[in-house]
Amino acid sequence: MTLLVEARHRLGNFSVDAAFTSDGGVTALFGRSGSGKTSLINIIAGLMKPESGRVVLDGDIIADSERRIFTPVHRRRFGYVFQEARLFPHLSVASNLAYGRWFAGKQGKAADTTRIVEMLGISHLLERNPSALSGGERQRVAIGRALLAAPRLLLMDEPLAALDEARKAEILPYLERLRDDAGIPIVYVSHSVSEVARLAQRVVVLEDGRVKASGAAADVLSAPAATVATGLREAGVLLEGVVETHDTTHDLTTVRVGERLIRVPKIDLAPGHALRLHIAARDVMLATARPEGISALNVLEGTIVEMTPGEKGSVDIRVDCGGTTIASRITSFSRDALQLHQGKPIHAIIKSVAIDH
Amino acid sequence: MHERAKHLSCSGAANLAAPENSTGGGKTVDWLELSDAEWTAILLSLRVATVAMICSLPFALGVAMLLARGRFWGKAVLNGLVHMPLILPPVVTGFLLLLLFGRRGPIGAFLAEHFGLVFSFRWTGAALACAVMAFPLMVRSIRLSIEAVDRKLEDAATTLGAGPVSVFFTVTLPLILPGIIAGMVLAFAKAMGEFGATITFVSNIPGETQTLSAAIYTFTQVPGGDAGAMRLTIISVIISMAALMLSELLANAAAKRTIAA
Repeated sequence: MTLLVEARHRLGNFSVDAAFTSDGGVTALFGRSGSGKTSLINIIAGLMKPESGRVVLDGDIIADSERRIFTPVHRRRFGYVFQEARLFPHLSVASNLAYGRWFAGKQGKAADTTRIVEMLGISHLLERNPSALSGGERQRVAIGRALLAAPRLLLMDEPLAALDEARKAEILPYLERLRDDAGIPIVYVSHSVSEVARLAQRVVVLEDGRVKASGAAADVLSAPAATVATGLREAGVLLEGVVETHDTTHDLTTVRVGERLIRVPKIDLAPGHALRLHIAARDVMLATARPEGISALNVLEGTIVEMTPGEKGSVDIRVDCGGTTIASRITSFSRDALQLHQGKPIHAIIKSVAIDH
Repeated sequence: MHERAKHLSCSGAANLAAPENSTGGGKTVDWLELSDAEWTAILLSLRVATVAMICSLPFALGVAMLLARGRFWGKAVLNGLVHMPLILPPVVTGFLLLLLFGRRGPIGAFLAEHFGLVFSFRWTGAALACAVMAFPLMVRSIRLSIEAVDRKLEDAATTLGAGPVSVFFTVTLPLILPGIIAGMVLAFAKAMGEFGATITFVSNIPGETQTLSAAIYTFTQVPGGDAGAMRLTIISVIISMAALMLSELLANAAAKRTIAA
């Protein structure tokens, strides 16, 4: 599966001029609000017609302004999960689910209702009305409805943004299952680093309607370039790791990242399972000597490789810990007090509870 | 008083009814019992109002759709035209109908020639007059409900593979159903009460164009017609109340299903 998107469009004094490709899996369109993510995904869906651009899926030209090709939305067979669930209020959950399936015709029959309903854990909701569902349940039904239309591509526009943390935590595992089991390429719009870190294989960073960076998730999210798009608070690194052991007495999981072991709050994955950890730079402390009597569980030795001045008197320091780069954000005061410089040996200290899975 | 009322009602009915219909004047008719002529007027009114309501529905839906969603030159003109019957004196509307749909009128002549559809001095003409008079009310009610539909739901339906026509029938129409029902009831009530345009266009012929309102009017024009007028007035109140309650019931049922998710 390859998806090619090119779009140029002007909306008042904002303009989108972006292009990216994806070869399956989850591609995240990532950026602050107002960066043009939603415009771009609407252009892919066909809900917005760009002044010029192309959408090509597996060699099939869906839209091409030069050749005057524009497939109407309902013939694209691109599933779309919106920020608000947009369930049809006059239909039951079961009828909502059946809606897309009915229009998909032959392809719709191929979609396995039972499996999708099970996967999303909504089998007990089928008889209900959308108004009787919680936000998280609604969003799961919306995902099921999109999937049952047997889409060639699934577009998701911040599907978790309208939900609180508990609901997000409830849906994320379903999205992971969707990514791993359904085999449908997904374009996922988000401004949340933790969601993108957890779900995306590829990341396209958008800023002011332009592509600022794109590539493998770990590379893009760990690169300092993403700092601007992620905002001051969430900048950090994304580490690829493997579950090593579980400590059941203290509900901790040890994750191997390169040569180092990092302890994090318990994760329900079997040992050997690959996962990603997002470590925000603001959650990493630096110490010139190995600290004694400290509650933080992760103390990683390394050397400073890069120091970049950040906003408001802060400094971003990148530490190489045996092949793994950790970013730390400290004040310029601390930098001077500790006399930090490139190549200096250092200890990076990370609180376990601060780590996002 | 009782005797007199009985007598007077019968004489009123005799005036109203076609000659062959006249009921025996001296028979024992209860004060509240309706004469055949009165029944005729009631049934005719119900028929006229129902036909007016049903026949104008598709047009009202189309015009409401155009006004709510369309962007075209002359929208303000269309809007004005639709609302004309609301502000014009009904007699003027009736006269204009007579000019256009009368036997010699441009539209009336065409319809009579090609479809055998005659309006002048027929109950169909009464239905047309009622439909025209009720049209703005129906359009207004439907238009408001269309404007209230969340278009994002229609977008969602499109991404699920529904074409424009399917979207209309599976999403838009069910969502505006309460508005349509309200519009239909308003139109029905208006049609039941319509008087000026009808009497100008198709006159006041018992059994053909004499609706409830026209019959009441006739009763008030003859000496001692009060009892008949009163009976028909009561009927008129009952029908209007029943229509209103039915619409409330239907709208509630429809709204229950469409509480915004």
